[in-house]
Amino acid sequence: MKPAPFAYHAPRSLADAVRLLTELGDDAKVLAGGQSLVAAMNFRLARPAALVDINRIASLDFVNSEGGTLRIGALARHARFERPLVEGVLGGLLPYVARHIAHLPIRSRGTFAGSLAHADPASEWCLVARTLDAEIVLTGPKAERRVPAADYFQGVFTTALRSDEIVSEIRIPLPGAGWHGGFAEFSRRAGDFALAMCLALIRIEGGRIAEAKIGIGGGADRPLRIAAAERALVGQAPDAAAFAAAADIAAREIDPMSDIHADADYRRDLVGAMTRRALAHALRA
Amino acid sequence: MTDKIAVTLRVNARDYRIEVEPRRTLADAIRTDCGLTGTHLGCEHGVCGACTVIVDGHAVRSCLMFAVQAEGSHIRTVEGLADGERLSPVQQAFHDHHALQCGFCTPGFLMLATAILEDNPRIGADDLRHALASNLCRCTGYHNIVIAVQAAAEKMR
Ligand SMILES: Cc1cc2nc3c(=O)[nH]c(=O)nc-3n(C[C@H](O)[C@H](O)[C@H](O)COP(=O)(O)OP(=O)(O)OC[C@H]3O[C@@H](n4cnc5c(N)ncnc54)[C@H](O)[C@@H]3O)c2cc1C
Ligand code: FES
Ligand code: FES
Repeated sequence: MKPAPFAYHAPRSLADAVRLLTELGDDAKVLAGGQSLVAAMNFRLARPAALVDINRIASLDFVNSEGGTLRIGALARHARFERPLVEGVLGGLLPYVARHIAHLPIRSRGTFAGSLAHADPASEWCLVARTLDAEIVLTGPKAERRVPAADYFQGVFTTALRSDEIVSEIRIPLPGAGWHGGFAEFSRRAGDFALAMCLALIRIEGGRIAEAKIGIGGGADRPLRIAAAERALVGQAPDAAAFAAAADIAAREIDPMSDIHADADYRRDLVGAMTRRALAHALRA
Repeated sequence: MTDKIAVTLRVNARDYRIEVEPRRTLADAIRTDCGLTGTHLGCEHGVCGACTVIVDGHAVRSCLMFAVQAEGSHIRTVEGLADGERLSPVQQAFHDHHALQCGFCTPGFLMLATAILEDNPRIGADDLRHALASNLCRCTGYHNIVIAVQAAAEKMR
């Protein structure tokens, strides 16, 4: 099908974009990579009266790391993350995760910030933001808000983002020395949204796990950290038995969705399997 | 209806001055307004890749972009691959290795493969298969497509 008519705006600055969103009201939408929005518009699942295209706002097109923080501008596209951007554990991990997102042509347009705005429960970048305690910078007509990922994600396609705000930047604190990270996801076909995925980070000190971050995507209505699994890992040697125990906890703690793609029991099993694989991957990576 | 906007699309090094509503996708503009019907439309939601074209050096889904967004960009479509009667290395390899049957997916695969190999003709076999998995073909079973693109890669190195 073809999209319904809309008015098109292509502002050159963030301030103009926010002003337009305020003026145009709830029926206006931001257009970033378009890889979710245009597909929804083609099916008329979305019928915005106006689009504010942010692709011409040069100041939003950046990725840099300063003072231990990875800063990602709203126009940083998925493909940009396929090559190492930072030193340390995320250097290899982010490219590995990025290659699981959709397909090459979709990665050359879709944006990190757009994924966070869209908030699909099975989005890899939403899982990365949640697991690594990112801060999401929302720019509105009056002020800028910085929302921790733990508060930002509120449900399926539902976040703290207001209709007159733009996700202008994402800030990810870079894990220091001693951290290892791994990722695993299961999808039926290459490039499909995952049925379940896990991002696992562990800090090893003197042969034992000193800290752990276990994030699960696709298992519930939003990306989640599994605190009980993280606690269970601390103090353990990083071996298969400890990983299996943590994976069992993750599978138990999650409250999975049933849908056309997978029922809840199957998703629960996958969460366990992905947690085990992500932890094993962390030791290799 | 919203008003039409004047847009200049630069396709295969030629300027097309067209007037389109903002809702006109790049795919429809290329086909209907520029008359270049080599670019195909299958699913119109980013899954099949039949509509793949190259915009500023990157393979993209032209069904997921609006024509107004492409003003100022360099667009390449399947019509721009051959040099007169001489097929491009990727086209020639598809011919030589029987990498098409009905041909519906072929323009998309040719543009995808061209973008991949222009970026890196030394791409590894696994990475190449992974990248080619971006597009769907209902006929060939992919086997000969992979072989053709590998053969083209050797020529383009
Ligand atoms: C075939 C296919 C497979 C896919 N597979 C995956 C996958 O496996 N994993 C995955 O994570 N994604 C997948 N995607 C989605 C893709 O990653 C999108 O790029 C992403 O969901 C949205 O980013 P975008 O920049 O394209 O946003 P758009 O499509 O432009 O926008 C999406 C929504 O977010 C809003 N928005 C976008 N940017 C901002 C902003 N900066 N501030 C405020 N609001 C904003 C828009 O108004 C809209 O509501 C797939 C898409 C397709 C077509
Ligand atoms: S028509 Fe564009 S991806 Fe299928
Ligand atoms: S040759 Fe028929 S779809 Fe690919």
